[in-house]
Amino acid sequence: MPTFSTKSQPVKPVNQQPSMSTSYRIPKSDLQRLIELLRCDGYTVVGPKVEDDAIVYAEIGHIDELPKGFRNSQDPGKYRVEQTGHKNLFEFNVGPHSWKQFLFPPRAMVASGTREANRWTFETPPEQQPKFAFLGVRSCELAAIAIQDRIFLQGSYVDPIYKARRESALIIAINCTVAASTCFCTSMKTGPKCRIGYDLALTELEDGFVIQSETERGRSLLTTLKPDEAIDKDLEEARILEQRAVEQISKQLDTTNIRDLLLGNLEHPRWDEVSTRCLSCTNCTMVCPTCFCSSVSEVVDLTGDSVHRQREWDSCFNLDFSYTANGIVRNDRRSRYRQWLTHKLASWYDQFDSSGCVGCGRCITWCPVGIDLTEEVAAIRQPPSSNRMLPVIALPNATCVLTKETKE
Amino acid sequence: MSVVNRASLPNQLDPWKTSTVTVNRLRAHTSGVFSIDLSFEDPDVGKQFEFVPGQFNMLYVPGVGEAAISIAGTNVSGMLQHTIRTVGAVTTAIEKGGVGMSLGLRGPFGRGWPLEPVTNSTAKVSTSTKNDHPKNGDVIIVAGGIGLAPLRSMVEHIGSRRAEYGTVSIVVGARSPGDLLYQDEYEDWRSRKMKVICTVDRASLDWKGQIGVVTLLLERLEISHPSLTTFMTCGPEVMMRYAAKSAINRGIPEAQIYVTLERNMNCAIGLCGHCQLGPNFICKDGPVFRYNSVSALLRVQEL
Ligand SMILES: Cc1cc2nc3c(=O)[nH]c(=O)nc-3n(C[C@H](O)[C@H](O)[C@H](O)COP(=O)(O)OP(=O)(O)OC[C@H]3O[C@@H](n4cnc5c(N)ncnc54)[C@H](O)[C@@H]3O)c2cc1C
Ligand code: SF4
Ligand code: SF4
Ligand code: FES
Repeated sequence: MPTFSTKSQPVKPVNQQPSMSTSYRIPKSDLQRLIELLRCDGYTVVGPKVEDDAIVYAEIGHIDELPKGFRNSQDPGKYRVEQTGHKNLFEFNVGPHSWKQFLFPPRAMVASGTREANRWTFETPPEQQPKFAFLGVRSCELAAIAIQDRIFLQGSYVDPIYKARRESALIIAINCTVAASTCFCTSMKTGPKCRIGYDLALTELEDGFVIQSETERGRSLLTTLKPDEAIDKDLEEARILEQRAVEQISKQLDTTNIRDLLLGNLEHPRWDEVSTRCLSCTNCTMVCPTCFCSSVSEVVDLTGDSVHRQREWDSCFNLDFSYTANGIVRNDRRSRYRQWLTHKLASWYDQFDSSGCVGCGRCITWCPVGIDLTEEVAAIRQPPSSNRMLPVIALPNATCVLTKETKE
Repeated sequence: MSVVNRASLPNQLDPWKTSTVTVNRLRAHTSGVFSIDLSFEDPDVGKQFEFVPGQFNMLYVPGVGEAAISIAGTNVSGMLQHTIRTVGAVTTAIEKGGVGMSLGLRGPFGRGWPLEPVTNSTAKVSTSTKNDHPKNGDVIIVAGGIGLAPLRSMVEHIGSRRAEYGTVSIVVGARSPGDLLYQDEYEDWRSRKMKVICTVDRASLDWKGQIGVVTLLLERLEISHPSLTTFMTCGPEVMMRYAAKSAINRGIPEAQIYVTLERNMNCAIGLCGHCQLGPNFICKDGPVFRYNSVSALLRVQEL
């Protein structure tokens, strides 16, 4: 007797040339083919992996390395991964890593010098071109990459290291189907649905993926996979799962007039209060996918005739960050926390025409004492307002970098 | 080497590209301040080097580090000049290295001083003076200590286009008469009809100039056309704030008052975050700012 799977549906004919506007579906095993295709193409595939009790981003050679069946639970100052019964590969949210560490490496050589006969010559390193394919980029992370593009590529000076890595990077995004208690992308209008900035985007169904391409590179990869066009049932399942993530988001940040609110309250008593809890440990700036501060240090060989200039991530929470011969500018934790929050959520608009926060919640989860920036902003909204208000500095028509994504 | 008449320069080069320069001359001033003349190893790089008065370079001692140092001007043969106060690792290494030392240089960076005088048509506030005939804008320069260094190239700029300016007054303050920078150049400045007034905190027996802070001098300075006056100051932050306040009291529009700011600098290209003051990156939005764009920020402690 012929058996009919209850799930089977009339399959539409295979499309020879996948189009960018259409959704397709692939079986989960096709992800392995995709990884292999990318590796053959010279890409280093980076994706989520469980390491040291956390889901981190590392090189992936096989689909089996993905965190199948893992979930994470996140709260202010708390992070836990656990293996559960489900079979999904991407049913968790962002962890301590971000894609920043691949595009803007924590340590990179910016220049070198050699001395011969008491005379120095200097070189900038040839642009090495590590070619990354990022697998599993969340919507808030696409927004974070777009923000760092503005910093490193679209200002008066272009960072050669970021540029080389960014231009060759291929991005495979994943739509969130669950949300952590620390997520607030809906407030920042950055998610959870991926809208722009990827080559391919996936939504993980129970037994496959809905897949879409946004670029020529993505489309040609899809062509090789020869996917079926997604049918209404797949799209409906994807929609329900994506809606589940939206509904799980509980945290909110009221961004109304947030720039003027913060810059107008630089003497608010809340800064004193938060400074009694903040440890100035720099965790929030290290995990944040948009923070970009760095310092260059000298690496000298034994003879002293060869010097490398190494750039490393730095943080406005470090005491010597604001050092000058006349003294340290931000001497206490109050002024350093204030710099962090007002930069992220206020002066970033003046500098880069967008917020510096994408609502990923990492700084909340990874703060050892659980300071939650959304609560700090809410407290600053409360009276008593400042006794020393600062006249708000006029901002010429600020627009949000992510407006294209705001049409939810 | 040339001075250009634009307020800021585009710089498309690799921002980490470092040129080799050699210290050609080292002149010691007093109390740990010295000036150096630098020549570029590659004469073509030197020829292409253009700067605006008020911009700065990153001077690099390999193995020690970089320091942001303002361009103090050029010497008669067109070599770059810098005036440096010895305060720590990099500055000490340059002083010790002396003539013949091989150094790295990145630059120029930042925005410099306004290069045009205020005129009747550009004045922010309409002139309330009786006579409406066109008048060249006046300039008041106020420097404290080593703050005269980035203003010296501005003085040279004005001197070279003297006819386009009205009254030019240079007020220099220092701790003691020996600390007054570039004293041997004051006569030349005066000969080009620029008034040079000096004041010191501690006078010596033979001192014939003024005693006291620069702001006291400013209060007594004749300012005949405040609305047509450009006011430029560099020195300790407190001094600049008092100087700017007294300029405002004398009727100089805030938008015509310029100050220079100093913060920690690491990259000089707006990418490392160190030099932020509120929304500004001092390295690329400054170090010269209109006072009205930073005055509110300067009032907040530890910002
Ligand atoms: C725009 C600008 C223009 C300047 N122009 C001059 C000038 O013309 N002449 C002059 O003498 N000084 C000038 N300074 C100050 C000068 O940059 C510092 O005094 C110098 O960096 C001190 O370096 P150091 O290694 O000798 O001191 P250290 O105390 O040993 O400094 C340690 C490190 O801190 C770093 N650093 C970064 N920014 C600063 C800073 N602002 N102050 C101190 N350290 C800093 C230095 O790069 C250095 O590697 C200027 C500063 C700025 C921001
Ligand atoms: S500030 Fe916090 S929530 Fe916002 S992007 Fe950075 S880490 Fe994420
Ligand atoms: S918040 Fe601090 S570490 Fe992050 S980008 Fe701003 S100044 Fe740098
Ligand atoms: S010195 Fe690096 S941002 Fe200004």
